[in-house]
Amino acid sequence: MDLKKLEEIPKSYLKEILGSLSKLEKLKKIPFFTGIHFKDAERDLARKIESYKKVERDAKRVWNIVELSRNENRPQCKDYINGIFEDFVNLSGDRLTGEDKSIIAGLGKINGKTVAAIGHNKGRDIKERMEYNFGMSIPQGYRKSQRIMGLADKFGFPIVTFIDTPGAYPAIEAEDDGQASAIAKSISLMFEVKVPIIVILIGEGGSGGALALAIGNEVAMLENSTYSVISPEGCAAILWKNPSGTKLAARELRLTSRDLLGLKVIDRIIHEPIGGAQNAPRRMVRIVKRYVTGALERYVSIPGEELKSGRARKFESMGFFSTE
Amino acid sequence: MEKVKCENCKKDIENEIFILNLWVCPYCNHHRYIDARDRLQITADSNSFIELGKNINSFDFLNFYDVKSYGVRLKETKLKTSLDEAIIIGQAQIEGDNVALGIMDFGFMGGSMGSVVGEKIKILSNHSIEKNIPLVIFCTSGGARMQEGIISLMQMAKTVSSINRVKEMRIPYITVITNPTSGGVSASFATIADIIIAEPGALFCFAGPRVIKQTIKKNPPPDFGSAERNMKNGQVDMIVNRSDLRDTLANLLILFKG
Repeated sequence: MDLKKLEEIPKSYLKEILGSLSKLEKLKKIPFFTGIHFKDAERDLARKIESYKKVERDAKRVWNIVELSRNENRPQCKDYINGIFEDFVNLSGDRLTGEDKSIIAGLGKINGKTVAAIGHNKGRDIKERMEYNFGMSIPQGYRKSQRIMGLADKFGFPIVTFIDTPGAYPAIEAEDDGQASAIAKSISLMFEVKVPIIVILIGEGGSGGALALAIGNEVAMLENSTYSVISPEGCAAILWKNPSGTKLAARELRLTSRDLLGLKVIDRIIHEPIGGAQNAPRRMVRIVKRYVTGALERYVSIPGEELKSGRARKFESMGFFSTE
Repeated sequence: MEKVKCENCKKDIENEIFILNLWVCPYCNHHRYIDARDRLQITADSNSFIELGKNINSFDFLNFYDVKSYGVRLKETKLKTSLDEAIIIGQAQIEGDNVALGIMDFGFMGGSMGSVVGEKIKILSNHSIEKNIPLVIFCTSGGARMQEGIISLMQMAKTVSSINRVKEMRIPYITVITNPTSGGVSASFATIADIIIAEPGALFCFAGPRVIKQTIKKNPPPDFGSAERNMKNGQVDMIVNRSDLRDTLANLLILFKG
């Protein structure tokens, strides 16, 4: 066996392969075994190594997308708002306990009509990132977004959300302030409003923090964005109990736009400039603007009750199970 | 006489007394894990339970493989626990009042929420609406079931939407938070109830202490996420001992009748 081949398989599978190899070598030393059995075993092992190599290649491809989705030169929520909305007014505060800058919310115009915009903003340089808490929101942020969604519902403004967060902020204060119920309330409210909701995943769609802004009549995803129940790092820590499983976890979680379209979790993929949005940020914003304008036109004449029941139907039909 | 050691105070408890005390330590009031069947037995009137959604089963639709496949994990868990899933649902009576009752079980893959848990909550919600009976769910969960990828995250949306329809019909919805309830379950159907009851000492949070520790690089306070701390922070209505839960639920059901 050419041991060099083993360099291309995932590290966490190496032990298993080496185990099988040494077992095979031991068996070969038993005099009464005929060669034919070894051929079979060797062929099986070779096939296994090939399939693991494919897993590794696949994992690398997916990891490349994870890194693109986190690229700090991609357009961020703020860029999309500035490029798509006219006369945008930024609104602050949850009117209860505070203001969370990691979520931007406000009102602006698209084609002369008022539309509410809400989204996570990560920030670029370290100063901005600290200011926006890396796009990790706290209950005050979710409650601010609830306030703006309520406002939009009251006055009949459509809602556009931009998702880009590693996840909700894991901190003692955030937990003490009711992180869980704030997220649940946001999800609940997004099912109740009677205006169109268009959701766009622009970067990282991290877990509950993403979902809290992501109940849309239409959910679109930029080609190289991700949407996942847990970060690949978090998943690897729990299931593989080892950071070496991170890339494999990224593959297993099926977090790419193509995977999610296949699972019918999203409605469409917005294609990015070649190599990713960071290569042509302004063009990316224009592409998203065209998408948003079209999406709003599709939904603006649908009655409120239908928009509401449409969202319920869509999300309540999600799930795979067998009935026997 | 057989003895059990309390997980909390480490005192020896006579098995018979422990069971009579509903698996609560008579010395320190530590509420130990009980499985869904035992929970049903101490909550509902005897022989009143009619199980729903029995024929719904999980399967490995993503071919998810970590150190073993999801399919194998499911099989092993079913054999080990003799449960089909992390929740049982059905109609039951509590002190003669009909309820749509859901009971989660932490023993089944950490009570994690996948497609089947989501679908069963939906079936239970529909049943509650159809029969116009209150909805009661005993929660315990480590969160969303990672082995179902994004689909498990979507169950948060699915359960909230189903329960929103119950609430729109002005049907009472009560959750009982048992140890532990965290992640995707706490940030969805567990916290949108009309009344939230917690068992003493139950961990109730979104991000668990381990995740918090990674972020702040030190141990969170010992009472982090506890029912008692949640009570102080205004996140639960009441903390009720296991032995009083049935009476409390019965009383609430009467009060909601107006």
